Amino acid sequence: MILAVASGKGGTGKTTMAANLAWTAAAEGMAVQFLDCDVEEPNGHIFLKPVFDSRRSVTVPTPEVVEENCDGCRICVGVCEFNALIVLGERALVFPELCHGCGACVTACPRNALVERGRPVGKVESGDAGGVFFVQGILDIGQVLATAVIHAVKEAARKEMPLTIIDCPPGTSCPVIESVRHADFVLLVTEPTPFGLHDLKLAVAMLRALGKPFAVAVNRHDAGDEGVALYCREEAIETMLNLPDDRRIAEAYSRGELLLETLPRYRPFFSRLLVKLLSARQKEAAR
Amino acid sequence: MKIVFTTSGTDLDAPLDRRFGRAPRFLVYDLEGQTFEVVENRQNLNAAQGAGIQSAEAVARLGAKAVVTGHCGPKAFRVLSAAGVAILTSDAPTVAAALDQYRSGALTEARAADVEGHWA
Repeated sequence: MILAVASGKGGTGKTTMAANLAWTAAAEGMAVQFLDCDVEEPNGHIFLKPVFDSRRSVTVPTPEVVEENCDGCRICVGVCEFNALIVLGERALVFPELCHGCGACVTACPRNALVERGRPVGKVESGDAGGVFFVQGILDIGQVLATAVIHAVKEAARKEMPLTIIDCPPGTSCPVIESVRHADFVLLVTEPTPFGLHDLKLAVAMLRALGKPFAVAVNRHDAGDEGVALYCREEAIETMLNLPDDRRIAEAYSRGELLLETLPRYRPFFSRLLVKLLSARQKEAAR
Repeated sequence: MKIVFTTSGTDLDAPLDRRFGRAPRFLVYDLEGQTFEVVENRQNLNAAQGAGIQSAEAVARLGAKAVVTGHCGPKAFRVLSAAGVAILTSDAPTVAAALDQYRSGALTEARAADVEGHWA
């Protein structure tokens, strides 16, 4: 099962849910891997404490101009959706920071005047985290192609793993789509506040557009208001977890401790959540 | 010599647009003939990214030797410099006022970009 843990709003507890679910699965003897796809700010490693034994660079194919072949015909400029090429003085000029690596210019060039070279945009690291196979992506500072790094994280994942947990970036834009697109099921983490509800609605609309089955986990559920609960009832969205607003959880988090190691009393919350997620997956598969 | 003014309008009394890459139009003024034409820049105004360099290429292709605008970012500055187009910044309210400034020598050539990309 590939489970993506996502949210509209940032800071709702995606990593807390994802890391503690991975820990629970490993503790119960399941083979599990954790993919940190929040490549602009990966923080799952703080709680699962992996020992990395593999590290590789992520590159995006970017064109370079072979000047003696270029006659400034501007075909490449016309096909580039990202405005990354111009022609000055009958020579094409590439702006690598605007290039998304789609390769259209290289394919379209009639004179073989463009060749692709890998431009580093980030890296992927993997290793063991106490029985959890852990992979994380890191987008280089100043780079914007988060999706390329997220794709590389998924490539580095083990195939045929019984449980894959993806810690997604927040929001509803391209990096989130890239993170959830291969998931069998999505857990949307939210908090019972007007902000939490507003961004939950956006995330629900995104997942419905993608046709992904999903359920909700409410963090700090006894703080805030009734808005999220009412919305989920109206929309017939299952709430699989209500995690209490407990200062000790925040304290453990602030020290970089895994919730279930520091506060064992919460283990049943995550065991039950894992059972619900696995059976929801079976129900979806049977449909 | 041709000189380009960024503008949202279609004549000399129109406002001088502060933006270079996302200026709605370019007014191309011919100093010798004292005539002008107006070129649309709508596709760059609406571009998701790369408006500065595409507008700079367009200005270079118009054959202009100078551009008068409000501000110029780093990538557009690089392209205009490489193409030999002088960049002059002005806070004149209209194209006509900026043209007067140019003629009286009140405008000096920018030595570097004066704003970051995506400043507006």
